[in-house]
Amino acid sequence: MTTSALTWFARHEIRLAWREWLAMMTAGRRGRDRIAIIGLIVLAVFLHLPAYAVIGRFADLQAPLDKSSLIVITATIFLAWALMLSQAIESVTRVFYARADLDLIMSSPVTLANVFSVRIAAIALSVTAMALLLSTPFVDVLVIGGGIRWFAVYGVVIAIGLSAAAVAIAVTILLFRSIGPSRTRLVAQILAAIIGAGFVIALQIAAILSYGTLSRFSVLTSDKAAAFAPDADNIVWWPARAALGDGEALLLLLAGGLVLLGAVMVVFSARFADTAISASANAIPARRDSRTKAFRAGSRQQALRRKEFVLLRRDPWLVSQSLMQLLYLVPPALMLWRSFADSSAAIVLITPVMVMAAGQLAGGLAWLTISGEDAADLVATAPLPSSRVIRAKIEVVLIAIAVLFAPLVIALMFASPLQAAITAAGIITAAATATAIQLWFRVQARRSQFRRRQTSSRLATFAEAFSSIGWAATAALALAISLAALVSGLLTAAIVAATWTISPRRG
Amino acid sequence: MNSDESALQLRGLTKRFDRLAVDALDLTIRTGEFYALLGPNGAGKTTTLRMVAGLLRPDAGTVSVLGIDALNDPVAAKQITAWVSDEPMIYDKLTPLEYLEFVAGLWGIDPAVSEPSARDLLASLGLEPHLHERCEGFSKGMRQKVALAGALVHDPRLIILDEPLTGLDAVSARHVKGLLGERVRAGCTVIMTTHILEVAERMADRIGVIASGRLVAEGTLAELRQQNGKNDTSLEDMFIALVDTEAAAA
Repeated sequence: MTTSALTWFARHEIRLAWREWLAMMTAGRRGRDRIAIIGLIVLAVFLHLPAYAVIGRFADLQAPLDKSSLIVITATIFLAWALMLSQAIESVTRVFYARADLDLIMSSPVTLANVFSVRIAAIALSVTAMALLLSTPFVDVLVIGGGIRWFAVYGVVIAIGLSAAAVAIAVTILLFRSIGPSRTRLVAQILAAIIGAGFVIALQIAAILSYGTLSRFSVLTSDKAAAFAPDADNIVWWPARAALGDGEALLLLLAGGLVLLGAVMVVFSARFADTAISASANAIPARRDSRTKAFRAGSRQQALRRKEFVLLRRDPWLVSQSLMQLLYLVPPALMLWRSFADSSAAIVLITPVMVMAAGQLAGGLAWLTISGEDAADLVATAPLPSSRVIRAKIEVVLIAIAVLFAPLVIALMFASPLQAAITAAGIITAAATATAIQLWFRVQARRSQFRRRQTSSRLATFAEAFSSIGWAATAALALAISLAALVSGLLTAAIVAATWTISPRRG
Repeated sequence: MNSDESALQLRGLTKRFDRLAVDALDLTIRTGEFYALLGPNGAGKTTTLRMVAGLLRPDAGTVSVLGIDALNDPVAAKQITAWVSDEPMIYDKLTPLEYLEFVAGLWGIDPAVSEPSARDLLASLGLEPHLHERCEGFSKGMRQKVALAGALVHDPRLIILDEPLTGLDAVSARHVKGLLGERVRAGCTVIMTTHILEVAERMADRIGVIASGRLVAEGTLAELRQQNGKNDTSLEDMFIALVDTEAAAA
């Protein structure tokens, strides 16, 4: 394959990546490109505010740093890397399974290793580009507050983007080799979902066990962490030093990222072709469900509910999402458990976490049951009114939420009955609101489109997130300041009412 | 013919999207008849059938299914109707047997009746070895057969099929045609769209040709030949001539 052909293929890959990204931003609707780009610019400008709040105070940091600062910066970079890794695993899986051009490429007279090297590079590029975009507000804040030396952060982002893409490709291909194509899809999805959250949650758990607080910074800035940390000239601190403007560390980091990506290209580009072939050829192996039970009697709604529960149980996306939610619940559950031993006031923090998690999970479940109906025609031609179909689906969402959260609420009841009652009310309200929003903004979609559900309606996504946050804040405030809770509750109700007013299903 | 004798009666059925898709269509299909609805792409066949199945609300007109006003009492009409589209919509994570159990439950069929019926149907469509396999690994033909079994498990009296043979191999297509033939002989009514004119020629009691949302020809094969003035012409030639004439007139 000639250099010009490779350049042409690289352009093709970049165009595909750009269009996939644009389709995700515009929910696949034509004529919305300009709106999406303007929206992104507005969001980027808006993001400078939280960026300032989070990172503004670090702009004056100068090398050499004490160990605590080095630990905090390194942990933050590692968290960013974990999130990029998560996104890269998702991208690689999508390239294996979703691209419809593998047959075309593999039947063409090109050297597959070269073509797939370009594809690997394109994945790395798209992951890095997204990270650069998201890091811009933070870098801006640092540059404005601390000078141009902070531009070095972009270099760190590029280096960790390249290495995250390289590791993602290696991990995914090794998963293919060890557990086969169909399991890889599920495992990679779950991995991608939990990798980013795992690091933060692990820190929270350490913080709870050591200091009785949910703040992960208490671990990172502790004397114990400093005592365990290596010396200041250790390789571990290269990313932190590079971010602070150490040119040598930055060059080494970039070189490391490039070498890692190059190594992955050399080792895996040939296997990439084999893996892609097995992914496309070895569709989905037959999974048998050896149920010998007879058909069950019951009402039409019972049939619907049974079907929904079976599908939810067998949904890999939902499994990964639920795992995420359950992971997020581990720290509050741990706090609850500790609170039995010492009556820490920090137990109050459990309520908003649980309410927020319930709202988010209910939103996902409601999308799957209400919008993600794979046999929409069948259900629509069934002899029962659509209102009864919707009711059965809502019941499924609320039952699932009740089953997941009831044990935690019951446990909370032993520690504080009032808090348990407020938490239960918050969970019910948040779940009902998220379900209602999904109902108002419902669209007909395949369950497999779950990953992109946020893009079908940005408004629904934001409304769902804001209402969950609002109800979580209301529940937390109800435990301490009644008047503030009332204000927060009214504001959240106003958000929900405004969402209803502009929803397509009004009336 | 009065409406009691007809399985399906459409009067002035009209649907407009960006353009007029179905144009004041009148159509009567007799009970126990196998009716093939033909037409070029975009002629309004699928839109018509989706309105009959209750998936689309017409802008004007009436739909009567075995004497039931399907627009005023859709639940009663749906109880005796089955719909199969060209794109089989089934659940990947259910097995064929679980899918049929769900459909039977949705139509409120007694499990003592629906379970043996489901097993018989799946067996007759060659799916017996796959009863407990999830549909996610099935080919399009297998999925189409599962969808068809689902449509038949509640023993409908009017079966509406939109391109049901798309993606089926010759053996599967023969299974499906055999099953539909059996249902018609048992008194069921079948209305089917197809682009495979040979199927319409062989199986249909009557054929309707639709173009630009209007019925441009209707009758048995012999009647259509008579209307066309050539007794030895094939359905394909007649169809192309009719569609060309309609296109020229438009």
